Amino acid sequence: MEKQTGGGDRYDALVERITRRNFIKIAGAAGLVAGLAPVLAACGGGEEAAPETTAPATETVATTTPATTGGGATGRPLKIGYVTPQTGALAGFGEADTFVLAEMEKRFADGLDVGGTTHPVEIVARDSESDPNRAAEVAGSLVLDDGVDLVLVEGTPETTNPVSDTCEANGVPCISSVAPWQPWFFGRNGDPAAGFQWTYHFFWGLEDIIAVFLSMWSQVETNKMVGAIWPNDGDGNAWGDPELGFPKPLTEAGYTITDPGRYPNLTDDFSAQISEFKSKGVEIVTGVPIPPDWTTFWTQAAQQGFKPKIASIGKALLFPASVEALGELGDGMSTEVWWSPTHPFTSSLTGQSAGDLAAAYTTATQRQWTQPIGFAHALFEVGADALSRSADVDDKAAIAAAIAATSLDTVVGNITWEGGPVPNVAKTKLVGGQWSPGTDFPYDLVIVENAALPDVPTGGTLRPIPGS
Amino acid sequence: MEWVNAVVQGILLGGLYALFATGLSLVFGVMRLVNLAHGDLSILAAFLLVAIVDATGLDPWIGLALVVPALFVIGYVLQYGLLNRTLAGGELAPLLVTFGLSIILQNVLLEVFTADSRGLDAGSIETSSIRISDQISIGWFPLVTFIVSIVLLSVLQLALSRTRTGRALRATADDPRTAQLQGIDNRRIYALAMGIALATVALAGVFLGMRTTFGPAIGPARLIFAFEAVIIGGLGSLWGTLVGGIVLGVAQTVGAQISPGWGVLTGHLVFLAVLATRPTGLFSRQVRQ
Repeated sequence: MEKQTGGGDRYDALVERITRRNFIKIAGAAGLVAGLAPVLAACGGGEEAAPETTAPATETVATTTPATTGGGATGRPLKIGYVTPQTGALAGFGEADTFVLAEMEKRFADGLDVGGTTHPVEIVARDSESDPNRAAEVAGSLVLDDGVDLVLVEGTPETTNPVSDTCEANGVPCISSVAPWQPWFFGRNGDPAAGFQWTYHFFWGLEDIIAVFLSMWSQVETNKMVGAIWPNDGDGNAWGDPELGFPKPLTEAGYTITDPGRYPNLTDDFSAQISEFKSKGVEIVTGVPIPPDWTTFWTQAAQQGFKPKIASIGKALLFPASVEALGELGDGMSTEVWWSPTHPFTSSLTGQSAGDLAAAYTTATQRQWTQPIGFAHALFEVGADALSRSADVDDKAAIAAAIAATSLDTVVGNITWEGGPVPNVAKTKLVGGQWSPGTDFPYDLVIVENAALPDVPTGGTLRPIPGS
Repeated sequence: MEWVNAVVQGILLGGLYALFATGLSLVFGVMRLVNLAHGDLSILAAFLLVAIVDATGLDPWIGLALVVPALFVIGYVLQYGLLNRTLAGGELAPLLVTFGLSIILQNVLLEVFTADSRGLDAGSIETSSIRISDQISIGWFPLVTFIVSIVLLSVLQLALSRTRTGRALRATADDPRTAQLQGIDNRRIYALAMGIALATVALAGVFLGMRTTFGPAIGPARLIFAFEAVIIGGLGSLWGTLVGGIVLGVAQTVGAQISPGWGVLTGHLVFLAVLATRPTGLFSRQVRQ
């Protein structure tokens, strides 16, 4: 074997002893370790006393004891399990948790009154790590090890579905939110005739977001050519479904859809989609990409000279930080709004208005309000209300029955499971908003569409994207 | 013309992949170390720059001059203080340590910077482009990324072949024991290699942060493409790494032109095809057994 001594264009000497077998061995071990990750994490999480192995110290166990009880007996502590994605790719959905949990700790400091008996309340918060398997696992540990009376869960179907399934299988009442109801219900093979026994969900559905987007688009003069950016994931496939998703109602409303097809998340190049949109003369872009993909698409679109008039995007543009990260390109993006400080609702637990709650969040965290605050708060409202109305807190069926009978005015509106589209689903109202240069923060979400909830004041109509 | 544009965009994308792959290739070449925290370290660099920009209001392009040396120091200390100790423990030990490092980095970044998507504002260069025809535009930013990767590889190539330190690096990679007999301190050479590798990773992370947005959990996804570029190009060949990146980039964009679902998949298929037919990569001349 000849050794290279000169410079040349290679440094082969570096790899004298790297044979293919050698590399494959190491690379194979790399794969093995990566594959082991969930197992390693599982080992740590399974032990009762061990803290989460891969998560930071976000696990909170807040027990409250009734300070002074003005009469009435003191009952056993009630345990509420709470599962959200606090770390990982979905962590934006769990960002309000620390704030909401601290608020709840204050609220439940005096315990919860159930039929004249005051019960201390213990909230056991667990991190799903944005991983469906992990979510199912922590739900299992809440049910089996902690013996919780009620489970609350929120943040995309990847979190709500495995936790709901675990609760359904173990006969523990569970309330979920922040996932469109179709993936929650049909994604779990729900039967519209039978429904579920233990699990309840409140949020909006695809029909609502389609209505909101169509209504926003009608405010701007366009050629009705729509380009779709639907990734190959749970949301993308639901939105792009020819029957249940966007294509059918959009076509009926006179729009023409250009759908290049599902692409994998974390794609680094969108030139294929952009050139197709350009050749079809697309003026409206819609989709449900993850934030980095939307930035890649939108920046590349600008480079390639594709400037649509409207971009209505779910998921990627929910959080103010994602819009800020776009820089000047963020101006004019539109998105769905589930909750805002201007929603005309108040909390049944604290009496705060939506505006008060958002202001309290900004005061506590120095951060701009985000939509999950209202729904995380509302989950505890509905849960506390159901527990306090239950005939017998030691009977899980009585708690589930109390959930089913809910009719509560929360900070996200009235929640009732009567008259939902399918059993176990309660709908909340959806409006539309547009990101515009803000006052206290770089961008504010301005409500531009309120057909479903006229009490939410609009701050104007949809502007075409600057420069289009 | 759409196809020509796809190829052009793919070549430019290859520049970014080559930036990511260079450090990985170098570290594996010198000390047989597969750094599983490679992607996370690039995100660390991007976040460092975000912190600098937030604190000082400095232009990200100028801040780059601070982040690259910072990552060099981090790499040097990391290798000298931690990873050198694991090298004696066989191939699995450094792998496990860098895997652990990857998890720690992700969670520390999450604690410090929250889960928000962040971006680096490179200014108007991000969206301006050279219009060649109605169908073909070359974005200035991807072009700059591509040029930077070529300059970086040229400089590394020159340094490795012409300088005394470069010779020491090659000698250590060739035969650590004999190199030691000649008075070369292997531990320092390894630390230097990791320092250089992380300096290139800093460039890659910052260019990624300017191109798109990033969050604390996005690192591992960057590692795969870097791996593939290294293997396609051939271990040990710096220019091969560039070609590997370009092949991967073009495969992805041309695949996506066929159908968007085929983009990333085509890249993987080309990688598998190279592994099956030319296991040592396109640019590795010798097959050693």
